[in-house]
Amino acid sequence: MSLVISSPAHWRARERRREMLFLLIASTMVLFALTALTVLILKILLDGYARLNIGFLTSFSSRIPENAGVKVALVGSFYLMLLTAAIAVPVGVGAAIYLEEFAQRNWFIRLIDINITNLAGVPSIIYGMLGLQVFVRTLMMGNSLLAGACTMALLALPVIITAAREGLRAVPRSLREGSLALGATQWQTVRHAVLPVAMPTILTGVVLSLSRVVGETAPLLVLGAFVFLPRLPDSLFSPFTTLPVQIYDWISRPQVGFHQNAAAGIIVLLTLLLTMNALAIYLRNRLQVRW
Amino acid sequence: MGSKASLPETDTGQRAVVAFPSARRLRWRVRVREFFVRVFLFLCAIVGILTTAAIVLILLTESLGFFRGVSLREFLTGTRWAPLFEPPAFGVLPLVMGTLLTTAIALGVAAPMGLIVAVYLSEYASPRVRRVVKPMLEVLAGIPTVVYGYFALTFVTPFLQRFIPGLEGFNVLSAGLVMGLMILPTVASLSEDALYAVPNSLRYASLALGATHLQTTWGVVVPAAMSGISASFLLGLSRAVGETMIVVIAAGQQPNFTFNPLQAVQTMTAYIVQIAMGDVPHGTLEYRTIFAVGLLLFLITLALNLVSEAFRARYKEAQL
Repeated sequence: MSLVISSPAHWRARERRREMLFLLIASTMVLFALTALTVLILKILLDGYARLNIGFLTSFSSRIPENAGVKVALVGSFYLMLLTAAIAVPVGVGAAIYLEEFAQRNWFIRLIDINITNLAGVPSIIYGMLGLQVFVRTLMMGNSLLAGACTMALLALPVIITAAREGLRAVPRSLREGSLALGATQWQTVRHAVLPVAMPTILTGVVLSLSRVVGETAPLLVLGAFVFLPRLPDSLFSPFTTLPVQIYDWISRPQVGFHQNAAAGIIVLLTLLLTMNALAIYLRNRLQVRW
Repeated sequence: MGSKASLPETDTGQRAVVAFPSARRLRWRVRVREFFVRVFLFLCAIVGILTTAAIVLILLTESLGFFRGVSLREFLTGTRWAPLFEPPAFGVLPLVMGTLLTTAIALGVAAPMGLIVAVYLSEYASPRVRRVVKPMLEVLAGIPTVVYGYFALTFVTPFLQRFIPGLEGFNVLSAGLVMGLMILPTVASLSEDALYAVPNSLRYASLALGATHLQTTWGVVVPAAMSGISASFLLGLSRAVGETMIVVIAAGQQPNFTFNPLQAVQTMTAYIVQIAMGDVPHGTLEYRTIFAVGLLLFLITLALNLVSEAFRARYKEAQL
């Protein structure tokens, strides 16, 4: 073979074959990922749909799989999400405003910048250990909703700051200059001219970061979220459990009945996340101002 | 003080001075408010720094307590991890091995797949295909890890057991494969960003010299985007190292110093969960192990993230 110098026609045919081969491999991989996703969703639907009814949503935990429900976990996830947002959104947006609108570019701001990038890469379980030592032990919050929300707020902060900064950066300069020229102070400019315009992007980022909070399990396990709770949380200091924690508890039991519960719980969790993501897309498309 | 401070002065003269703050006073008030807002915003901005400082401080102080009882040498080179047994053994290598095996499998799946999918999306796919595939990748990225864990344990393991008879109920293989699926979107979308950033002039030059589309892609575009692609691999790797729920659920809880992916292992993250959820009393040497393991985990992911960030900075620089 090597003695024959291939003609242009040969060469072109060979290159075309290679190209076809690559396209074949690439589409196989795309299809494989698509199939895996489909199989995952089908498997969960098949396992869980039988257990899914109103009773499952309104029942407390139980030692008998058929009687157990996600009420406490669902309410816990909801409270945790609201409380996390109440802590993380003002701080995150505040940090973004400072970094984008107020700060001078110097070494300290660069340090904050690099630090935020790195925090986004810290494994969530490390945040759990941080929350355990700082909020649960040192600040004596115990295994409470508040301790969980503070921990989750720290976890969500890098995402919210990054999204908010992007939103602020997209606001045209002319708007700021117009406001400042009318005699508004820097904060008045941010508050009345910049923030309203950046709001849709910020809200989208907030909803997406909260959907990560809702799906997070590991830090809450480390914090000591309860897996078996007989009542709903009724104050900031109540013990709590969330959907992923409840699902994990059911998965870790050997009985098949509990695995069905886990699958049904996953359906509830995925539905919740889907709703939140749809909300984020809606906010992005509906409210965004184009320049 | 009147809240409608911006009303014009009334012509009744002297009373207006009392009712409305003078321009000077108004300016002063605005300035005070501006100052407090600035301070509040600055405090918000340094929460991140404080978080990092707290993480480092906690991990270091608790680990220091641990290393007073166990030598660093035993910790880093010992091949038996049994802190709760009598006599205890504190060699972290079995946990590191567990993490290494699962992440190696995950990256073995996600790196080639992610790169090829990224190349396909960036260089070949029609807008219609992109519109279908990209949201699908986003869905994969948005699935909670506890769901992946369930999938690995109840579907992938039984499925693989049909073909691999020696596969244990908890094993590295299915946890690693599913973890690969989990980090695929990270690798694919970051690689695609890097490929997308390669200027078209390079493609045109290569095509003008007679290279085919495929030759241009793999001979010019991919090498040009290599630093960004490496960054995506490293970031995926760091995600996999820090991932907890998949391995807790599907890879088992036995610290095993093994290269065999068909066996159960315990990863660093799974160990932390096991002890944190268990009833080991706080403040004991056994309890402090999780902070030593946590410190190691933190350092590994930090190193991966920093190198990844350095690669990314390089391709961003090259772009400009």
